[in-house]
Amino acid sequence: MLASQFRSKLLTALLLAPAGAWLFVFLVLPFIAIIVFSVGERAPEGGYQAALTMAQYANLPARAAAFWNTLILAPIGALACLLVAYPVAYYLALKAPERWRLILLALIVIPFWTSLLMRTYAWMYILGGRGIPALLAYAGIEDLRLINTPGAVLLGIVYGYLPLMILPIYVSLERLDRRLLEASADLGATPISTFFGVTFRLSLPGMTTGFSLVMILLLGEYLIPTLLGGGKVFFIGNALVDLFLQSRNWPFGSAIAVTLVLVSVVVLFIANRVSARFSGTRQVDLI
Amino acid sequence: MRAFIVAVFAFLYLPIALVVLFSFNAGRHASELTGLSTQWYGKALSNPFLIEALKNSLFIATTSAFLAAVIGTAAALGLARVGLRTRAIFDALLGAAIVVPGVVIGIATLVALVQLFGAVNPVLASIWPGDTAPRLALGYGSIIAAHGLFSMALVSMIVRTRLATLDRSLVEASSDLYATPFTTFRSIVLPQVMPAIVAGFLLAFTFSFDDFIVAFFVAGSQTTLPIYVFASIRRGVTPEINAIATLVLCASVLMVLLAQLLLRKRTRSH
Repeated sequence: MLASQFRSKLLTALLLAPAGAWLFVFLVLPFIAIIVFSVGERAPEGGYQAALTMAQYANLPARAAAFWNTLILAPIGALACLLVAYPVAYYLALKAPERWRLILLALIVIPFWTSLLMRTYAWMYILGGRGIPALLAYAGIEDLRLINTPGAVLLGIVYGYLPLMILPIYVSLERLDRRLLEASADLGATPISTFFGVTFRLSLPGMTTGFSLVMILLLGEYLIPTLLGGGKVFFIGNALVDLFLQSRNWPFGSAIAVTLVLVSVVVLFIANRVSARFSGTRQVDLI
Repeated sequence: MRAFIVAVFAFLYLPIALVVLFSFNAGRHASELTGLSTQWYGKALSNPFLIEALKNSLFIATTSAFLAAVIGTAAALGLARVGLRTRAIFDALLGAAIVVPGVVIGIATLVALVQLFGAVNPVLASIWPGDTAPRLALGYGSIIAAHGLFSMALVSMIVRTRLATLDRSLVEASSDLYATPFTTFRSIVLPQVMPAIVAGFLLAFTFSFDDFIVAFFVAGSQTTLPIYVFASIRRGVTPEINAIATLVLCASVLMVLLAQLLLRKRTRSH
């Protein structure tokens, strides 16, 4: 009996060991490394020199513009996503004909798994000088600049992250107990008060999950501001690429990365508290 | 309501359709459609840099997805057998691997590996018997490792979802009939979770093949297809890039559709 228990424990350990090792070497250790780097100094030739200083963190305001751009545009972008996503999720979960539902859902999921680079690139065409502005010129509206503006970045954000926002809202609406809607109507509630009293309220966890996922991914976004903001609208991601791959100030870059993770943790924490208040589970199906 | 839904789907797909359309453009200029031709596909496929990048991407995506499928599945099976505390630790780490932005994963991996190589390479050089000791450097290995992190977490999430809906009675019946645990696993559990594993593999492949930002940091001197495309875009939009983009989009769509079919089929039979 003891031998078989031991064998069973050994098997469990063997099954988990590769994943555990991978997580440790390529997630935990790298995180420790950037924390150590963030309290270090920049070596004269670039790179890192051991130290114990908060100077890098004190220097964060030097990149304040990137932080402000990100911290303003990310929530606005996530909110815009939410406003577009909600009716779609609502339609898919409660109104779409049964035989269309899976197909429509697949059509939402597919863009999420196709290259963000390729999809964002398409908008460089549409917003670029020979795209919409050229069409508008025919209509007499001259010299309209669309690309390389915050508006273009916002559009790219909504385009890129819409599927990720729709899915969790869809999941929470799909699980909604339809009898609640009937009960509400039977008790004399108008469709509008049923919506706000029941549907909307029960989909809040899905909305919170979607909002926080999109927010966190946006905090680290690089491609959209680079391709559609053209160096005029830069995010924290742009600052990080600059600091690590161009000016090689790794300690300062590490301090920014650590701050970015901390902000993400705060966002997740708030989202957790909010969805715990509205109860329900927070399960997301990405596929 | 319906008009709005149609508009959203158009919004999602029109830009993609535009890229596909312009990839068949006969003209040299990227934004004036002057006739249809497939010449850009020929040009793209005879570009040696592009082919090199494509090969790299295929190799990296296949390897990282395969490793992720094996390790992620093992983890999912293992996690079904452990106590709450171990599970909570793994849940937190696997969740972090999925949620932490790619920029941060890329940077952290870059920093850690450069430090590690800096420490290992001199040692390696001093103990190596020959003259030219191998030098560890960023490249295939580091991209595979960084992609594998996300992919493994993804596979384990998908497989665990499937394991949770596994028909327990079959497993019990099997062991009541004196099947060894391994036989039970091979003939009962594995066939039921296989579609989830394959779907996980396909999604992991797609993720790795499409990823730009993680590879951008840890690629060293290697070029993957998204890195090549990104560099080309910055030099200017050409129909050649449209042709590549179309091919990549088609490949991704096929993979995702296949993954979805595999996952849906199992869901319906339960």
